[in-house]
Amino acid sequence: MTFEDIKALVTDQLGDDCILVTDTAASPQAFYIEPLRLSDTMQFLHENDQLYFDSLSCISALDNGVESGTMELAYNLYSIPFDHHLMVKVTLDRKAPKISSLTSIWRTADWHEREAFDLMGITFEGHPYLRRILMPADWEGHPLRKDYEEQTYYRGVKVKY
Amino acid sequence: MGLLDQKIAQGGIVITRIEDLINWARLSSMWPMGFGTACCAIEFMSAQSTPYDLDRLGIIPRASPRQSDVMIVAGTVTFKMGDRVRRLYEQMAEPRYVISMGSCSNCGGPYWEHGYHVVKGVDRIIPVDVYVPGCPPRPEALIGGLIKLQEKIRGESIVVPKAIQKIMEGEG
Repeated sequence: MTFEDIKALVTDQLGDDCILVTDTAASPQAFYIEPLRLSDTMQFLHENDQLYFDSLSCISALDNGVESGTMELAYNLYSIPFDHHLMVKVTLDRKAPKISSLTSIWRTADWHEREAFDLMGITFEGHPYLRRILMPADWEGHPLRKDYEEQTYYRGVKVKY
Repeated sequence: MGLLDQKIAQGGIVITRIEDLINWARLSSMWPMGFGTACCAIEFMSAQSTPYDLDRLGIIPRASPRQSDVMIVAGTVTFKMGDRVRRLYEQMAEPRYVISMGSCSNCGGPYWEHGYHVVKGVDRIIPVDVYVPGCPPRPEALIGGLIKLQEKIRGESIVVPKAIQKIMEGEG
């Protein structure tokens, strides 16, 4: 099944306005969707007989910087029985990045979303227990943001060299 | 100290200073704690293997800080790990020694500038006796560090150093 076929299945089910932009240069080929429609779209991609994206390979969070004022999330999907690859992307507001959690569809989203929260500060609504996964629980800030400044001291130890 | 058994065989008595005896015993059985925080631990493990044979120096890794004399901080110390390192150090009985192995635990290493998560030198957390440079140091370098620590222990005194004694007497 080609990327166009997958797109056609999605638009047939969820309407033409579901897919905002496509990026065929990406690998795997990607389309952007409205953040509010993420759960519905992902549910469809997961359940459809012809697609059956049973594996969420990765969630990547991108910070586009202070000037652009946006963040992005890239969901890499894989269908083990059909060998389909797909990337679904959403653009979020950088000031209050918020998106619904996908833990009810893929359990693996749990730790991926915690990582995106920890390092980028993106809130996943409906996540069972959203907390830091890599940094200590009492760390300040989200280190992979473009405008991140580390704290001066952590538990009495100087952070900078 | 040389071959003690030959001296004992001659007369059955060895005469030495108690300080030398204690230091000799300590430096001949520096038991390190068997733990590592990053890739330096691979070289630490390698140093224990047959070709390098740390056992010949009386160095046998222990599984518990309660039984350890030396802590070899082998690898990157993150802030999250820093608390654990400090806790392990506090669990060790005195006299205790620390060897900082590799650039990361010496000064932060390659993470010195952008590694927000790395403690820029384990000496910000616990006192260090010997620093072994390298990234990672070869087993020979670690053994060099251990021999340096032996030298340090050999020069130790069980009595209060004269200068400090004078200060304490002056206060009394």
